[in-house]
Amino acid sequence: MQLETTINGRNVTLDFAGGEFLYETLRRYGYLSVKQGCDTSSCGLCTVWLDGKPALSCSTLTARVAGHEITTIEALQDDAREFAEYMVAEGAEQCGFCSPGFTMTVLAMKRELDNPDEAAINHYLAGNLCRCSGYKGQMRAIKKYMGVA
Amino acid sequence: MLFNACHKGNSYTVDRHNGINAAGLIYDRKGGTHKNNAKTFLMLQIENHLSPSTLEEAYETLTSVPGSLVLGGCGYIRLGDRTISNAIDLSNLGLNFVHGTKSEVEIGAMTTLRTIETDALCQSLWHGLLPRSVENIVGVQLRNCVTIGGTVAGRYPFSDPLTALLALDARLQFYHYGEISLEEFFTGQGLKDILVKIIIPKRGQIGAFQSVRRAKTDYAVLNAAVTKTGDDYRIVVGARPGRAVLVPEASDYLSSNGLNETTARKAGNIAAASLQFGDNPRGSGEYRKAICPVLIARALMEVHHAA
Amino acid sequence: MDFVGKEIPKIDGLGLVKGTPAYTSDLDIGENALIVKILRSPHASARIRTIDTSEAEAIPGVECVLTHLNTPTTRFTLAGQSFPEPSPYDRRIVDNHMRYVGDEVAIVAAVDERTALAALKKIKVDYELLTPVLNLEEALDNPVRVHPQQPFTNFPIGNDAARNIAASHYTEQGDVEGELAASEVVMEQTYTTQAQAHAMMETYRATTSFDVNGRLQVMSSTQIPYHVRRHLSRVLGIPRSKIKVLKPRVGGGFGGKQTASVEIFPAIVTMKTGKPARLVYTRQETFTCTTSRHAMQLTVRLGADRDGTIRAIDIYCLSDTGAYGEHAPTVFWVVGQKTLPLYGKAKACRYHGHALYTNKPPGGALRGYGATQGTFALESAINELAAKLDMDPTELRAKNLLGEGETHPELCGSTPGNPATLGSSSLHRCIEKGKALIGWDEKFPKVIVNDTKVRGYGMAVTMQGSGIAKIDTASVLIKLNEDGFFTLSHSASDMGQGSDTILAQIGAEVLEIDMDQIVVASFDLDTLPYDPGAYASSGAYVTGNAARLAAEDMKAQMRCAVASLQGVSPDAVTYGDGVFTIGSEKTMTLSELAQTLCSFNGKDMLIAKGTFGGETSPPPFIAGFAEVEVDLETGEAQVTDYVAVADCGTVLNKNLALIQVEGGVAMGIGLGLYEEVRYSGKGRLSTNSFMEYKIPSRLDIHSIRVAFEESYEPTGPYGAKSIGEVVCNTPAPAISAAVANATGVQVRSLPITAEKVLLGMIKNNVDPR
Repeated sequence: MQLETTINGRNVTLDFAGGEFLYETLRRYGYLSVKQGCDTSSCGLCTVWLDGKPALSCSTLTARVAGHEITTIEALQDDAREFAEYMVAEGAEQCGFCSPGFTMTVLAMKRELDNPDEAAINHYLAGNLCRCSGYKGQMRAIKKYMGVA
Repeated sequence: MLFNACHKGNSYTVDRHNGINAAGLIYDRKGGTHKNNAKTFLMLQIENHLSPSTLEEAYETLTSVPGSLVLGGCGYIRLGDRTISNAIDLSNLGLNFVHGTKSEVEIGAMTTLRTIETDALCQSLWHGLLPRSVENIVGVQLRNCVTIGGTVAGRYPFSDPLTALLALDARLQFYHYGEISLEEFFTGQGLKDILVKIIIPKRGQIGAFQSVRRAKTDYAVLNAAVTKTGDDYRIVVGARPGRAVLVPEASDYLSSNGLNETTARKAGNIAAASLQFGDNPRGSGEYRKAICPVLIARALMEVHHAA
Repeated sequence: MDFVGKEIPKIDGLGLVKGTPAYTSDLDIGENALIVKILRSPHASARIRTIDTSEAEAIPGVECVLTHLNTPTTRFTLAGQSFPEPSPYDRRIVDNHMRYVGDEVAIVAAVDERTALAALKKIKVDYELLTPVLNLEEALDNPVRVHPQQPFTNFPIGNDAARNIAASHYTEQGDVEGELAASEVVMEQTYTTQAQAHAMMETYRATTSFDVNGRLQVMSSTQIPYHVRRHLSRVLGIPRSKIKVLKPRVGGGFGGKQTASVEIFPAIVTMKTGKPARLVYTRQETFTCTTSRHAMQLTVRLGADRDGTIRAIDIYCLSDTGAYGEHAPTVFWVVGQKTLPLYGKAKACRYHGHALYTNKPPGGALRGYGATQGTFALESAINELAAKLDMDPTELRAKNLLGEGETHPELCGSTPGNPATLGSSSLHRCIEKGKALIGWDEKFPKVIVNDTKVRGYGMAVTMQGSGIAKIDTASVLIKLNEDGFFTLSHSASDMGQGSDTILAQIGAEVLEIDMDQIVVASFDLDTLPYDPGAYASSGAYVTGNAARLAAEDMKAQMRCAVASLQGVSPDAVTYGDGVFTIGSEKTMTLSELAQTLCSFNGKDMLIAKGTFGGETSPPPFIAGFAEVEVDLETGEAQVTDYVAVADCGTVLNKNLALIQVEGGVAMGIGLGLYEEVRYSGKGRLSTNSFMEYKIPSRLDIHSIRVAFEESYEPTGPYGAKSIGEVVCNTPAPAISAAVANATGVQVRSLPITAEKVLLGMIKNNVDPR
């Protein structure tokens, strides 16, 4: 199958198999930041933006993205760098495997939420699992990045 | 015991004893396991991915082409190892909406749970019952994918929003069949049809949702929703682990006796006594029966205080 | 000090957060590799009568199908341990005897995933079904044998396959039965722990190929690159010199990747086909077909006098090692080794029991490595004893805990007649600090919040080790590059915890240079010195010591080189902050020296080395305090506050140590409250996804407060001990005690679910309000 879509601002034509998920397609096309952590829509590692909103690329059929806009962290390197500075200052990235999907959700949160408190931050990010950090260092980094108390 | 949880949307089979089986070891649609392979892989094949531009076309395809399946939000589709000969994608039919009229709210079948959670109208009505019932579902990136239509069509027994929708006396509009109450849809055989929208009456209901979960992003061990409209109550308990049901005995009791802390607890006890609870991996029937009055009483007191 | 003890960011951190390709699946692209998939047993116990792969092999694109009929019969262990491994050699690449649901039946390699999966379905297997052994309690001396043959072991570990015993152990100090008989109070309880999953975010994976020199190249997400090479060499029958191992960034390990669970499969495909091969485990395979924390049943007997003097400790343990014995003996030993010395003042102690084979997924190494299970049992028992004695559990501990400078024969590094000395411990201070932080004196045992909520308080202490005494031996190389910067090479296998950074910090500290003047090489084994790998809490202590030695060696070599170039004695050369001073005024920069040494004028390229192995395994300690809020009507418990006070000696990196503790506590909270492991009646692991197996999300983890109470470990680099494993041991027993204090319900089997608590309260018929 074939379709046209936009990835990181570029119009592209994707070849894909029926039943293929966006995660697989993106990896195949070289967007290697996109990670997979589960098969059950549970972990958030594969989070990309679909029309500017965080979405699970592992549960999005590639066939559905025709005409939509996909954004991966490769297109948001400056924003990611800014957030990353706060993360590494806390040591909170640890193994880093969940980081790209997590960062995509954080960047979306920054655009979507105004002055969130800890509860709102946790709620927004609940779909991003991390086994290394215990989440506390991530929270310290996010609060500094968001400029919230 | 296996039962088929749906006839359209995300066709998905649920084992009552094992609950929501994870990817791979889910039983296949015929209910058997593969003879020689503990399935630790899944492969989804879609031979045709159709995005009809009219409801009529979607319905015609569904009813005339064997092996057709309507795609919902695809939150569960990868849990099955299967081949779909005809996937019908409703994405292009403009079914992603929340409309308010004077007397009703209409929610399009392809509206995501995240939209329901953040929609100003949904937040302002029913004491926020509907957003409350979706906000615990995994995370925003999943809720941005999965749709209310897929949830309804799936008739998932563990669902939170279905419990809330039943308490709100929601009706469903199918393309061919027309309107049917959610309650009737739950008890019926299912429909080979296209779900267009969900219609919720605006009667000034005050609602509340309660659940117990083993971890915050897990499925509910038991959930409950209540609505109060004047002296009328609708009390619903879901994830028993069977599908959500109304508890008229408890509602009638409250209508007759009024709502206060004591009657709230009594209504909960009546519900616990009249409902069937079962075991699944998330909890035993005994435990569910023990917490049922608590959830109902808490939900009732919430609406009492909000009223 | 400029770097030690500071909050140095992880050197790979920025790149990782920005999504820079760094992991195995990011770097193995362009290989056009065959995709490897594995057919797995649906039966917990079965023998393959016949297997027909002809239809699978006939599918276009299928390159090979391997079964027990065409793979080596060599038996081995996949455990990543220094040779000679204690683990029994009890598995084959593919056997004809299936020992758990998920055991390997056949390996398929095809041009793409869809073809490989299609081929799996075409393999016809005729199984002779055997009765499985599914319960730990029934495994010992069950007439059904999980392993019909007696496996080879490198030395006696008590393996007796005829009795389903993978390993046995008995150690006793003093006269336990005599002391118990003489004790005024005796407490006996049995505790059970579940087969916790590592749940690292990156599933297991490896990619293999032949490199340009005809060597087998293995890129793997592993904690143990050297052991992987040794295992592959033995199993495939090729010399180690013909194997090249590459270790990219590792997306979490937690001990799981201390077992070489996957490398052998693509490796044999590459050996058979000559082609590159890639295997990526699904999450479900990661749960089901690798290792997990050994589930255990531990019976603890404590004897004490009424004044709280503990006289005897007896722990009898049955460990469920599942179908194979990876880490079975060592995890089993560690249960006693990392618990008994805590209460080393007791006159007698004993640890004994068996690790048993069952037809379940195999146990293995997981952060804590037996100490976690042992701590849950012993610390729960100590808390129950305190309640029985009507004593504050912190006082009971203060009275009985081994102190700095004291000896105990069960401490790692002891030899018969020569008990090892506890060189450093601030555990008593950790307890005091933790009490103050949690408000123990005001709040213990509980605080009533309102009609439905009670907060209970509980605590526990724990110890771990720092490397394996007299075994773990690591080396570090430091090279002076031509521009004056250094390359530090090691293979301690950073899996996110930050060993690359810590080792660079130590190097920079000794060499008095900025962090950016030291680059770390830890990728290609061909260029790296030997290291057992990232396990046994050895990175900071064992490899850290090696790094310090290497850096000191480099400093000495540089001074000698300067002296030689200047024609003076080394004593006349001083070094500081990258500048050599010769005599009183002449100076030479590092860069000038390096350029000279690499050139025709110098001809003395400098490479320094450090090798270290510890005579002892200095234990880090933690005192953990849990505040648990229980909903009395639903039984739901949540840890509203957790205080962990750690003694890891000198804190080498404040941020990384802090995150280790926070992450470990979260993992311990998962063990205590959320991570239930379930099997079907036929032995299939049903908690095989993040949907069914709930690791804590950020909504489940509330306040975690960490403090460090530094001691100074005389044998550690800058006084440091380990921190990586000790962190996950205290939450489960502390939470259990807090729940008991809140509700009166003592849950002795993990996890502590709301159902166990509420039904326990109903059964007790006690309203704790």
